[in-house]
Amino acid sequence: MSFNVNHPILFIIVGAIIALVLAQSVFFLVRAVRRAHELGISKSTVKKTISSSAIFTIAPAVSILVGVLALSKSLGVALPWLRLSVIGSITYETVAAGNALEAAGMSAGATITEPSIFITIAWVMTVGIAAGLVFVPFVTKKLQSGLSKIGMKDKKWGEIFNNAMFLGMISAFLGYVFCDVGLVFKGDTSGLIPVCVMAVSAVVMAVCGLVATKAKIRWLTDYALPMSLVIGMASAIPLTALLGA
Amino acid sequence: MKNENISYMDSVHRAGRIWGIVVGIVLLLFPAVLSLIFQTAPNLEVLWKGVLATAPMYWAVGIVEIFTYVPMLGAGGTYLSFVTGNISNLKLPCAIDAMERAGVKASDEEGEVISTIAIAVSSIVTTLIIVIGVICLVPLTSVLESPVLVPAFDMILPALFGGLAVVFISKNAKLAIAPIILMLALFIFVPALNASTVGIMVPVGVLFTVGVARLLYKKGVL
Repeated sequence: MSFNVNHPILFIIVGAIIALVLAQSVFFLVRAVRRAHELGISKSTVKKTISSSAIFTIAPAVSILVGVLALSKSLGVALPWLRLSVIGSITYETVAAGNALEAAGMSAGATITEPSIFITIAWVMTVGIAAGLVFVPFVTKKLQSGLSKIGMKDKKWGEIFNNAMFLGMISAFLGYVFCDVGLVFKGDTSGLIPVCVMAVSAVVMAVCGLVATKAKIRWLTDYALPMSLVIGMASAIPLTALLGA
Repeated sequence: MKNENISYMDSVHRAGRIWGIVVGIVLLLFPAVLSLIFQTAPNLEVLWKGVLATAPMYWAVGIVEIFTYVPMLGAGGTYLSFVTGNISNLKLPCAIDAMERAGVKASDEEGEVISTIAIAVSSIVTTLIIVIGVICLVPLTSVLESPVLVPAFDMILPALFGGLAVVFISKNAKLAIAPIILMLALFIFVPALNASTVGIMVPVGVLFTVGVARLLYKKGVL
């Protein structure tokens, strides 16, 4: 079969795999909703979880779509579509595709015409991130039962442990936001953009929280995170114009 | 489940394993199937170079990620997230926010269920948005890649974690001080730490914070 990066057969195969992955999510969703009912979690809590998760997802999902578009110039649409719908993340897929293109001696942006190079890149992108895929089915249960023992022994510590994990992850990303502030001393203010964006998002979140409790607007807390996300992202547009890219 | 001897958690693990293995095999077969269709073998030299440049770091990060994310995501959330990806920039914040609002803990079955619902919905919505995007590729390309919008998409992580940080820092102010100071110092003064290495620092931050928490808890501060 003659090859091109946007060959219809690629779309058919990729579409089928994505349908399978979608089926897995639907399967777990249905089971979890059923179980929530059995556990006595109120219908409104379940509904709110669904609607706010869906709304929160829109902006990050669009940014993932931007990643598909960026990669599609050299890899066509089908392969990035698959790669960004499963495992990995934009940062990983871009790095993996870049490494593979470089190993093939190709510049990023040039469309691949050679099927063997395309297949090689598909292999690199698949194998490079397969650790989770290989280990998760075998270690998750053991890991989780070990952890639930900690929680059972000492309830209060179990809760602190949980919060500590979340905080640890959040602190790493807060650190990352500040990674380029040192550039200010070299006269480059662009390192302040992420810091200001984060501040805007934090302020929106805090205001939402205050208004929601003071004025008793319950629904506001459900959409506070997506609101702070989108307003934060929007603020990046004038901030970048002001502080320079 | 008709069998009443199987608990919900056991059934989640069983289903998660089966789905994980099936989807894993399908994903690994994808490049092989391409070889069959186009009757071409991969270029082994390029493959080796590409894998060598990519796999060591991402496998190491991936393995550490399993240990860090499983307790936060819950079982169902883990099985889904490790197949659908984009964990730290989408699935985990979504699950954390959902559990926080529902007032449930990741270690309880209620938390497990809420986290699974949030992550499943997030995965479905992401998949659908990308499908729509792929279908409407031509008109969308010019909009999404317009120079006006580029800075907004570049700043998704700061915008995401600013909001999330407010919730968790205000709730655990005493515990938050040490890890934030450590991470700020590391990221500001170590040039090698940036967007592509933040993944490695997540487990470091988690371990450090859990250590500090244990210390403060033993001393009765928390």
